[in-house]
Amino acid sequence: MARTAVPGRLSWRVATVEAARRETPSARTLVLRVPQWPGHLPGQHVDVRLTAPDGYSAQRSYSIASAWRDDGLVELTVQRVEDGEVSSYLIDDLEVGRPLELRGPVGGWFVWRAAPPPVLLVAGGSGVVPLMAMIRARGDVRGRQPFRLIYSVRTPQDALYAAELARRVRDDPGLDVHFVYTRKTPDGWPEPPGRLTVATLNTHGWPPDFAPDVFVCGPTAFVEAAADILVALGHDPGKVRTERFGGIS
Amino acid sequence: MTAVDGNAMAGDLRELFAVDVTTAVATCAGCGEPCVVARLRVWGPAPGLVARCPSCDGVVLRLVRGPERAWLDLRGAVSLQVPMPPRDAPATP
Repeated sequence: MARTAVPGRLSWRVATVEAARRETPSARTLVLRVPQWPGHLPGQHVDVRLTAPDGYSAQRSYSIASAWRDDGLVELTVQRVEDGEVSSYLIDDLEVGRPLELRGPVGGWFVWRAAPPPVLLVAGGSGVVPLMAMIRARGDVRGRQPFRLIYSVRTPQDALYAAELARRVRDDPGLDVHFVYTRKTPDGWPEPPGRLTVATLNTHGWPPDFAPDVFVCGPTAFVEAAADILVALGHDPGKVRTERFGGIS
Repeated sequence: MTAVDGNAMAGDLRELFAVDVTTAVATCAGCGEPCVVARLRVWGPAPGLVARCPSCDGVVLRLVRGPERAWLDLRGAVSLQVPMPPRDAPATP
């Protein structure tokens, strides 16, 4: 991990799609092999650039979903954006074996650095991606920091990594996951669908006295609502790290 | 265009600087509040980004990336305080 500290300016690299898998009907994970990849920290992202034959180019940021394992592989999970020219290409058209231009890793602030305090992760939709990298990194080193993920999705079918999260809750000691369903719940769910509330964060988060490291990622409106609630509950604003990806969930 | 935040400028800034400027603290020239660059409110779309102070909404930083040059306007920041490795630390491998 220390190798991410290599100084020098950033340039574009050409990765190759080594594998791909469908996560949900509207999301796909790309497993990329990146030459001379320096390694990354959980929470960092990459910029992806597509260039058309006529020179038109479009650039987007994607969070890295995988923990770094020194194997040259980087996983990105791409959620379809309505009318998104980049996401639709990455989900529908980009085939295994094809090149993809990217640069990174970037962003040193929305990053979990294995530290003793408990951690609260709050995800809205595909905002779970960088938080999943944190959960995976903790799992890889058999971390003991208590981790709680509160994950807001529209319906059960929209949850990314659902099977892996269920397995990790069983196998990774000290990891808890609580789902919030905003449009449709699973059968028998004790609450009607609804947005993240003060009660959710109060019940399923950590008390402010525990001084947890908090990471909130999702659409801008979701992140601002969640961060406001956390601060109102007494969390130190300086310990609430946020990443907004704009748009609507 | 909805606002994102300073995290989204990390790639464009790392093209210009050898360090990660999103972890730096910018002091707003308008209201004097310090703010981590990653926390600034950013409006796009790329290649023209405007980063505003979350306290007073003043423009702190503007960044435009053209095909052959970049413009960085920092007049809304009194200073940038950049975390650095200790001066006498051995080089990171």
